Amino acid sequence: MTVVGPSRTSRPDRPADPPAPPPARLSSRRRPTDLTLDDYLTAAASGASAVAFTWMVVARLTDGIGWFPFVVISYVIFMVLFTLVTADRLGRLAAMDRLATVVVGTGAIVILIPLLWLIGYIVVKGMPALRATFFVNDLSGVAATDVATAGGGAHAIVGTIQQVTLALIITLPLSVSCAVFLNETTSRLRRPVRIFVDAMSGLPSVVAGLFIFATLIIPLAETSSLFGYNGFMASLALSMVMMPTITRTVEVVLRLVPGGLREAGLALGASRARVVWSVVLPTARSGVTTAVVLGIARAVGETAPLLFTSFGYDLMNANPFDGPQDSLPLFVYKNIRKPAEASIERGFAGALVLMMLVLSLFVIARIIGRDRGARPPRRLPRLARPDSARTERSPS
Amino acid sequence: MPERRRPEDAPTRPDKIFTGITTAAGISVLVILGLVGVFLLLRSVQTFDLMGLSFFTTVEWRADLSPPVIGVLGLLFGTVLVAVIAVAIAIPLGTCAALFITDYASAGLRKLLTNLVDLLAAIPSLLYGIWGFLYFGAFIVPLSEFLTEHFGWIPFFATDSNATFTGSMFIAGIVVSLMVLPIIASVAREVFAQAPPSEKEAALALGGTRWGMLRTVVLPFGKGGIIGGSMLGLGRALGETIAVSLLLPQVPELTIRILENGGATISGFIALRAGGNEFTVSGLMAAGLVLFLMTLATNMTASLIISRSRSGVGVDA
Repeated sequence: MTVVGPSRTSRPDRPADPPAPPPARLSSRRRPTDLTLDDYLTAAASGASAVAFTWMVVARLTDGIGWFPFVVISYVIFMVLFTLVTADRLGRLAAMDRLATVVVGTGAIVILIPLLWLIGYIVVKGMPALRATFFVNDLSGVAATDVATAGGGAHAIVGTIQQVTLALIITLPLSVSCAVFLNETTSRLRRPVRIFVDAMSGLPSVVAGLFIFATLIIPLAETSSLFGYNGFMASLALSMVMMPTITRTVEVVLRLVPGGLREAGLALGASRARVVWSVVLPTARSGVTTAVVLGIARAVGETAPLLFTSFGYDLMNANPFDGPQDSLPLFVYKNIRKPAEASIERGFAGALVLMMLVLSLFVIARIIGRDRGARPPRRLPRLARPDSARTERSPS
Repeated sequence: MPERRRPEDAPTRPDKIFTGITTAAGISVLVILGLVGVFLLLRSVQTFDLMGLSFFTTVEWRADLSPPVIGVLGLLFGTVLVAVIAVAIAIPLGTCAALFITDYASAGLRKLLTNLVDLLAAIPSLLYGIWGFLYFGAFIVPLSEFLTEHFGWIPFFATDSNATFTGSMFIAGIVVSLMVLPIIASVAREVFAQAPPSEKEAALALGGTRWGMLRTVVLPFGKGGIIGGSMLGLGRALGETIAVSLLLPQVPELTIRILENGGATISGFIALRAGGNEFTVSGLMAAGLVLFLMTLATNMTASLIISRSRSGVGVDA
């Protein structure tokens, strides 16, 4: 602040002097990044003239070019006008800065439009065909051309729940151990393992399905129904998709556990295994839960690996170890691709259920993840009063 | 007086078990990835016997002929083209979004936008595919018509006079770019957030505008992150399956006409051909192997670039 007040050293016993004129005070604090009313007016005026100009050119010179090119052309003209006007007002540097602000802001908005558009589209298309019976019935006796509200996706929901649960049972111990390996041991293999976990998280999910198909289903399908097309094979493929997601998230959380806690445990004489089991993992519990929920959300929506493993089935099959089984993504994928209008609508009902499932899992993960940050302030005062801490401790 | 005990770090039995289990879990990742490669190779032997190295130079895929003609070139070409379109669209948008989140947005908006970008990543590819296939593609058609009409002299934008514009690699690229965006944006955001505050403040104190500061401090610092994130995004785009299988006709061909109906990608093609005769399956395995190796190489390069850049390259640039 460069505001200059009346000098402190001036003596008050000379009232004869006329008071010095108050120094020009800045009306408010200005930051170089602030946008003023003039900036907004410039932007609005540039926008209006850009749209008007584009409309005039388009209406005069062509017979309509569709809304998308219209928006793009108006936007380009808007940026040119806005830059020129700002350069005239404030100079070239400021103009570049404002232009960058507009471009960067547009990038952020452009990312969000498709998200809202997509969610809105699925909701609008899915609602009309979604009835409570969707959660109860399967597709037995339903032809592709029957009205969209006939039948339902109960078999697909059951399949999804079973496959994802099985995948989680397989994945969770493996990924948590792997994350512990990466973060709590001093093995020389940690570096290659970390690189390969990263690489595995980018493994195309269709390759995971192809792999299970190649190793288990082709050679062993004849020996036992356990290795035919069934839900279990799908859950194996899904666990390959889930594992890197959970491992990486858990590893990040383990890294946040303060080293002091580990050292305290070791100093008390606990073994390394004990410290991980009783100190590190409980401290990171909410983070591990978040990782699990995110892993589920990833696996729930995967379609590609299921094409080769659970294959899809129109009827209820509650035994994931025997026979083809449906799941929500497969249900949607197969119905959407049928030529009958009613089938497509049925697919949209499934897509809406799937999206709601993923969205709620996402929100749950965020809420659990936030829990950690919200708690410590409540505990701090307690730590400061040792006597109250003592009374809480059990007599042992 | 008791003898003084020296602390020892000899692993106890539970420690040994602990080390054993965690090491096994760590190595299992290497084993699984190794097995993927080995089994895909084993199952594709039939195709390589039949085609030899011409598998990589043949465009057509006719498993129904006798002898079958199976080649991956057409698929490979389409895969790379769609991925490159997607990444080319996603890099500027993702970088802008990341910059907006780290350096323009207020704290509340920053949290909201970060969550929304993550949400974009959480939505299943299937839903993007449906949206693009049944709805959004139609919005791009006028744009494609405009481009081919006025920029048709660029080979990429050339089309036949009576071409259909739906089911084009351009549309597929746009839809895939939405799935790649969150990856690029979140990697770039993390790297930008690590730009040293002292240098940013120094740039502002020297009278630089915010853009001047971003251009001279944040962007050079985050260059590695942008490149690495884009490679990571490229890896995702190469493997993107369901959306592309819905959006493209999946007929292998060599064409750079991205605006008209046509094109195929390895993953989308595999998804469409699930089930089929043994040559189809073996060919799919071979194509899957190519895809696997390609994404593996891309992703590992990407993580190398990112891990190098985070350790501080670019700070003294």
